Amino acid sequence: MKRLTPLLFGWLLLFSSLASADLTIQITKGSDQAIPIAIVPFATDGAQLPEDLSGIVESDLSRSGQFAPLPRDTLVATPHSADEVYFRDWRSVDSNYVLVGQVTPQGDQYRIRFELMDVYGEKRMLGETLTVSAGQLRAGAHYVSDKVYEAITGTRGAFSTRIAYVTAQGAGDKRQFALHVADADGHNSHQILSSDDPIMSPSWSPDGGKLAYVSFETGNSAIYVQNLATGQRVQLTDFKGINGAPVWSPDGRRLAMSLSKDGQPEIYIMDIATRKLTRITRNGAIDTEPAWAPDGRSLIFTSDRSGGPQLYRHDLNSDRTQRVTFTGDYNSRGRFAPDGKSLFLIHRDSRGFHVAKQNLETDRLTVLTDTQWDESPSVAPNGAMVIFATQRGNQGILGVVSADGKASYRLPSAQGDVREPAWSPFLN
Amino acid sequence: MKFVPYAKSLAVALSLAVMAGCSSTGGTQDGSFDGSGAAGGAGMGGGTSGQGVSSGQVSGSQLGGEGSSQQQAGIPDVRTIYFGFDQDTIRPEFESVLNAHAQYLRRHPDAHVVLQGHADERGTREYNLGLGERRAQAVEQYLSVQGVSPSQIDVVSYGEERPAVEGHSKQSYAKNRRVVVAY
Repeated sequence: MKRLTPLLFGWLLLFSSLASADLTIQITKGSDQAIPIAIVPFATDGAQLPEDLSGIVESDLSRSGQFAPLPRDTLVATPHSADEVYFRDWRSVDSNYVLVGQVTPQGDQYRIRFELMDVYGEKRMLGETLTVSAGQLRAGAHYVSDKVYEAITGTRGAFSTRIAYVTAQGAGDKRQFALHVADADGHNSHQILSSDDPIMSPSWSPDGGKLAYVSFETGNSAIYVQNLATGQRVQLTDFKGINGAPVWSPDGRRLAMSLSKDGQPEIYIMDIATRKLTRITRNGAIDTEPAWAPDGRSLIFTSDRSGGPQLYRHDLNSDRTQRVTFTGDYNSRGRFAPDGKSLFLIHRDSRGFHVAKQNLETDRLTVLTDTQWDESPSVAPNGAMVIFATQRGNQGILGVVSADGKASYRLPSAQGDVREPAWSPFLN
Repeated sequence: MKFVPYAKSLAVALSLAVMAGCSSTGGTQDGSFDGSGAAGGAGMGGGTSGQGVSSGQVSGSQLGGEGSSQQQAGIPDVRTIYFGFDQDTIRPEFESVLNAHAQYLRRHPDAHVVLQGHADERGTREYNLGLGERRAQAVEQYLSVQGVSPSQIDVVSYGEERPAVEGHSKQSYAKNRRVVVAY
């Protein structure tokens, strides 16, 4: 029997009475190469569950763009365990896989048992049991999604991760800013900071326990670090000028940031324990929006030293800097794919600002979105999806696009603007 | 890694904000908050985790916006100047506006301004923070050439975070690319 890790449980129980308005999902584009899978509604022994477990799994897998769950009313049978699955039935409806399961109440807990069947290989691929409390049923469903996703695609699932984002409501001087953390599907949202002044650039620590961000609450930009479990926060910088764009190093010990204390924005690295700063860039241009390569050995950043903004890569060992983007006159806010082989960035073309992917081996740049006002791309820890901010009408919303651009969905809020999403690392 | 506790309750957050507001009108901020007023947040946890977890809810607010304090007679009325697309040069039609502020500041060496630089919404946010700062620095440079003491001037960039006008039109963008001279 498997239990979800305490860290994941801790996450879900946090801030339980402070839920703010959740984001909702609207799928905008599905991939034509999605894998058909039958997700049979899990047996519940007649018990009324607070959550529709198999429905959550269906939504997770469908959102990834890599799966096409069969509509429930087209399911040819309703097996609940491996021995009730007849492969012939599922071949007749062209379903490559079948997921079956059962949820059994046990006191104030629930036992979830699930099995994944390979229809054409005629074998069982997965069979697991886990126990969760009522408040953890959604987490349990995301766990099932992660396992199914990994068993079929070979890539670790990222359905049990979270997102941080900034909201703004109201206009002019009455505008209210807030920082939120929610599940990757927009549910379970919790406000962790609110302010009359702008909040910007949330960045997750590699252990998922803290957020660094920029807040203007002192009248100037300053970088803060907030512990998500305790709510404790500390102001890390208070320099004259811009204190911006904090991003955690992969080892969690340093923050790269942009500071204009010397006249114009330059890239610095701060050792968090000692607060010691190392200056990385030195020129009269704007140098900002740093991001760490996954191996921690180099940084990319935005600089307009050539005129318009372009991405540059700085190798920390050799201290050498090279320009990496050459397509078009506006490329900014880069983030590495987890394998370090490509970058996701904002690219401007004649139609507007889009999320694009640049292959670092071929230098080929591919535009992934057809939305016009994209900002702030942030990559899921498994590299399969990219979340970003965009506009719909006059509302700021979050969008998600698959790394190949084939599938996309959006996460609007019921009211106000949503922006600056940051996808968490793996949390379990 | 050790983090100093910071305010968790609304009341403490507000009192810190008052301190912050005061210090900002006095010029540069010094030091970081030491969190001396950290109060226990309400325990929000429960369930089976057995860990006391607090809400983590912190409220920050700044007192005093532009022109809300020090309403002294004689401060020039026009306090906003506008910039061209991707430009940080001061347009000739705004020189008289800045000259009037320069004159006031020279005559009132105790007066202090914050030059708030802004960008329109196009492009990425942190890069726009840099663009807003360039505009505010251009005004700072102009005022100092006019004989205003650097100690009377602070520069803050808000990038695209505080638009004067909402919307995606060229007219909105033109009104948002601005520097506000805030006393």
